[in-house]
Amino acid sequence: MLTADTHAIALPAAEPTIGYRLRRVLRRHPTMIFGGGLLLAMVLMAIFAPLMFTVDPMELNPIQRLRAPAAGHWFGTDMFGRDIYSRTVYGARISLIVGFSVSVLSTGMGMVIGLVSGYNRTMDAIIMRVMDGLMSIPAILLAIAMMALMSASVKNVIIAITIPEIPRVVRLVRALVLSLREQPFVEAASAMGASFLRIMFRHIMPNTLAPLIVQGTYIMASAVIIEAYLSFLGAGTPPDVPSWGNIMAEGRTYVQIGFWIILFPGICLAFTVLGINLMGDGLRDTLDPRIARRM
Amino acid sequence: MQTYIIRRILATIPVMLVVVLFVFSLLRLAPGDPAAVIAGDYAQPGDIERIRHQLGLDEPIITQLVIWLGRLAHGDLGVSIFSNLPVTKLIGQRMEPTLALTLTTMVFAVVLAVPMGVLAAWRAGTWVDRLVMVFAVAGFSFPVFWLGFLLIYTFSVQMEVLPVQGYKSISEGLVPFLQHIALPTVTLGLVYMALIARITRASVLEVLNEDYIRTAHSKGLNPRDVLWGHALKNASVPIVTIIGVGVALLIGGVVVTESVFAIPGLGRLTVDAILHRDYPVIQGIILIFSAAYVLVNLVVDLTYTLLDPRIRY
Repeated sequence: MLTADTHAIALPAAEPTIGYRLRRVLRRHPTMIFGGGLLLAMVLMAIFAPLMFTVDPMELNPIQRLRAPAAGHWFGTDMFGRDIYSRTVYGARISLIVGFSVSVLSTGMGMVIGLVSGYNRTMDAIIMRVMDGLMSIPAILLAIAMMALMSASVKNVIIAITIPEIPRVVRLVRALVLSLREQPFVEAASAMGASFLRIMFRHIMPNTLAPLIVQGTYIMASAVIIEAYLSFLGAGTPPDVPSWGNIMAEGRTYVQIGFWIILFPGICLAFTVLGINLMGDGLRDTLDPRIARRM
Repeated sequence: MQTYIIRRILATIPVMLVVVLFVFSLLRLAPGDPAAVIAGDYAQPGDIERIRHQLGLDEPIITQLVIWLGRLAHGDLGVSIFSNLPVTKLIGQRMEPTLALTLTTMVFAVVLAVPMGVLAAWRAGTWVDRLVMVFAVAGFSFPVFWLGFLLIYTFSVQMEVLPVQGYKSISEGLVPFLQHIALPTVTLGLVYMALIARITRASVLEVLNEDYIRTAHSKGLNPRDVLWGHALKNASVPIVTIIGVGVALLIGGVVVTESVFAIPGLGRLTVDAILHRDYPVIQGIILIFSAAYVLVNLVVDLTYTLLDPRIRY
């Protein structure tokens, strides 16, 4: 009798499946679908760039230079007669690779440092002082300084944007670890004799992942923009690689006669960043259980 | 209270020390030979040696650090590799336009963004709120320089109502100053506005759910007074915080904006320094901007006690 009763009570309280929750979230967050869709479109465009009716983005055509958008050149041509449409489509590759790499690298490294900092008092004092200092240097300036000391390459741009993003991740992870280590389930695990590493990687780390994913999307958005800034200021990707920032940097002197050169890459960049940001907002609402409960 | 202020001021010392040490070690830890990278592809054989000597890289690292800290303590930021002028002099010459642009932008953004955020929170869920939120998300998504060119193209090239580029000091008259600084201010201000409007909306929205707001309403107070007097005042701490934190965003943006509008400020100095790989100048600019950022946030921290008497230290 007793077992039957508890069974009857337990059933309605069962957690809905992940699939169901995901579908419900998508229904309730149309902006997240819109953002994700925008990003997906950009990713597909980058992957299938050669199939998107593009020509060689580096091909010079002096006769056709500074042509306004028309049937042959959808986005017009630049001062060397290169096709802006093709350059913009290929430029998506660099911007997305930089954004994604910076996001993964900075959250990964930030998580490791944050876990150490949250669990070891001595290390914490040192690490947090260093992070406070790093955070007081504006990200773009720090990236500029690093690029001034390294040769211009996509790899170095990724490094230069990653370093300034790490402190924010460290702070987040550290704060999470500090509150998680006081939770009863961690106490229970350690009472059961779980090792330090097991507590860290089985109990604490998985609980930091959701906020980290959200943070990672915001970092990706800011990395895409900072890459454009660096290229624009002449401290970014080398001129032979078409990135959105590069194309706009080259078009800056032709604003008055060839506005299309910077118009289209800028629109693509804005839509990409918008897409990532909207997705981040949606993920935050979905993955943060405290907010999700209120939905 | 007094001890708190002193403690807070002292707390900026280790932060600035880390900044100084980081900038110092960046040059020494850089992969490869920094002197060779700075000298560039067309360096003559003697150039690399000259630059290495000029940066003091031929001394032992501890000696370098002691010399560098000693010079900093005397306010000496070194000498530009390119122009051979002291970095402090170069920075001093370019300070005014940057300061002017930053201040106009802060005023412009705060004056518009705070009421926008309050309005959005007050009318939460309506089209006013949606409009503000769309603005807040979109404001983050456009690169500053792209917006700048869009504004130049619209207002200067097409409509011809504002000058295309350049800067006029306020000493040359208020009207030319405002004409030249208007577009850069809007360009630089949009991101900052988006940030402030978003936080203002969120914090006012939270305060509006408090019991004392309902009490104020039930006392029959004018709803406008409740909104601006009770709600905004209690929501002010996070708003002031984001105004301070957002200065970092503003500093990054000012470099780009000055470059778009050909304003001869610190941003232009930065771009020129990048072009010549003039590391001492870049180093000096980082130190100045970081110090400004730390100072602004110190002031923000100290205003907490004025804004919210419940905060005691």
